[in-house]
Amino acid sequence: MKALVWHGTTDIRCDSVPDPEIEHPRDAIIKVTSCAICGSDLHLYDHFMPGMKSGDIMGHESMGEVVEVGSEAKGKLKVGDRVVIPFTIICGECDQCKRGNFSVCERTNRNGHIAAKAFGHSTAGLFGYTHLTGGYPGGQAEYLRVPFADATHIKVPDGISDEKLLFLSDIFPTGWQAAVQCDIQPTDTVAIWGAGPVGQMAIRSAVLLGARQVIAIDRIPERLAMAAAGGAITINFDEESVIERLNELTNGKGPEKCIDSVGMEAHAAGTIDAMYDRVKQATMMETDRPHVLREMAYVCRPAGTLSIPGVYGGLLDKIPFGAIMNKGLTIRTGQTHVNRWTDDLLRRIEEGQIDPSFVITHTVGLEEGPEMYKIFRDKQDGCIKVVLKP
Amino acid sequence: MRYETERTRRRGHADTATDTLARGLGLFSIALGIAEIAAPRALARALGMKGQEGLIAGYGLREIATGVGILASKDPTPWIWGRVAGDGLDLATLATALEGDNPNKHNVGIAMAAVAGVTALDVYCAQTLSRESPHPLPPLQDYSDRTGYPRGIEQSRGAARDFEVPRDFRTPEALRPYTQPDLPQNPMPSM
Repeated sequence: MKALVWHGTTDIRCDSVPDPEIEHPRDAIIKVTSCAICGSDLHLYDHFMPGMKSGDIMGHESMGEVVEVGSEAKGKLKVGDRVVIPFTIICGECDQCKRGNFSVCERTNRNGHIAAKAFGHSTAGLFGYTHLTGGYPGGQAEYLRVPFADATHIKVPDGISDEKLLFLSDIFPTGWQAAVQCDIQPTDTVAIWGAGPVGQMAIRSAVLLGARQVIAIDRIPERLAMAAAGGAITINFDEESVIERLNELTNGKGPEKCIDSVGMEAHAAGTIDAMYDRVKQATMMETDRPHVLREMAYVCRPAGTLSIPGVYGGLLDKIPFGAIMNKGLTIRTGQTHVNRWTDDLLRRIEEGQIDPSFVITHTVGLEEGPEMYKIFRDKQDGCIKVVLKP
Repeated sequence: MRYETERTRRRGHADTATDTLARGLGLFSIALGIAEIAAPRALARALGMKGQEGLIAGYGLREIATGVGILASKDPTPWIWGRVAGDGLDLATLATALEGDNPNKHNVGIAMAAVAGVTALDVYCAQTLSRESPHPLPPLQDYSDRTGYPRGIEQSRGAARDFEVPRDFRTPEALRPYTQPDLPQNPMPSM
């Protein structure tokens, strides 16, 4: 089959690789009908996340049709089922899964001992996202083996396009969880750093959940235009001071809720801390560039909440914990517990509350995937979200 | 990579290779500057330029300032040209050490060759950046109709208020009065 394969930093190729096979009775194989490139894939493309090996298949946002089912998954899945595959692989049986904390499933990371060394404890296995999270082949391919398939799937009905459903795999529940973590009240101002795909979903989620005011911070004109279309007030951080503008929009009090949809590769320029991060990262003295975290901690209203869906990988420097402690901020973060939200979100799509396909700007074949990584990474051609059709 | 706004000339510029080179030169500038400030005597001795330690440290300050300018600015082009000018100054200064009976002329020659190599990189980078600058701005894609709300935005505000936030995702009870002004306030505990 064809698949997008990681070979090294900024080196992703469309290769011919062996078709996946059932390896365990709980497995299933799906024929991928649509998949997408996620912003967090760029951390692998740029090799900021450790744990990739040449030959790894990329991708964790996929959907398709079940073509083969292992004997122990047959009660829950059958050939022909239409499914979206969540990016977190879940067993559905461990203590964390029973609590709905699917992204920290205790059993699906087959390299859990490595993750435990890095993070203290293992987290869930993820598709196509380093050997720290299991080294499972990803779904930017014609076929995908789904481990623990009896639990790791979202059945979706016919009659709704792939484009409306695909993002149940990651960015829609991720944006939703980011907003839910804010416990949004009708009086709240929600400020969202990063108007990429997750940021766009977080904006819509915050609007649907009834925030008084939603503010999006970015610098790319197309992203800001899309954020404004979703009901956000926009701040271009290249043209105005984020902190001054946020205080102005909140009568000097700061936003109650702040969402970091940027993560480890903040592109702020012209600030001392951004330059400091660049130098430290270039000299391998820091893994992440946490400019957004610093700004959020500084500007957030006392007793407010910092919600962090943005991906961080390692050790962060110069985090103003004094501000966090003295202002009594609540920090909520984590990978998304996808299946916890998807029944509800699927209903909202079916009822027409939201159509997540608004975010798609490019649809191409799998062969064009490597080029699209570069275009997406460099934000060329107005690229915000790429869907691949194997 | 840079995503320039309407105010800068390089919006839409996508030559990440040149930008990476510029950033590398910025980091190199800072590293060289630190070395010149930290060890001016050793450098002066190696180059047979005793008595010029103050000048070397001064050049170190210039290198650091240029490096910071490259890394911190939205458009590094003028700063890279600044490096080219600095390279010229370095070469001229080193050339003075070739005169007379300097026993370390060999080291000076090596240093000049190294500076000439970096100068070539600086000139290439500055010329490439300058050529890219006047490119016409690419047209913006229009996403102003991409609301994502099939029923329209006004109908959608608060449409999901029926969602019950799970207990483990709620704001800690103790902080609620501070963030929800409409809630009936609990009486303040006596201090």
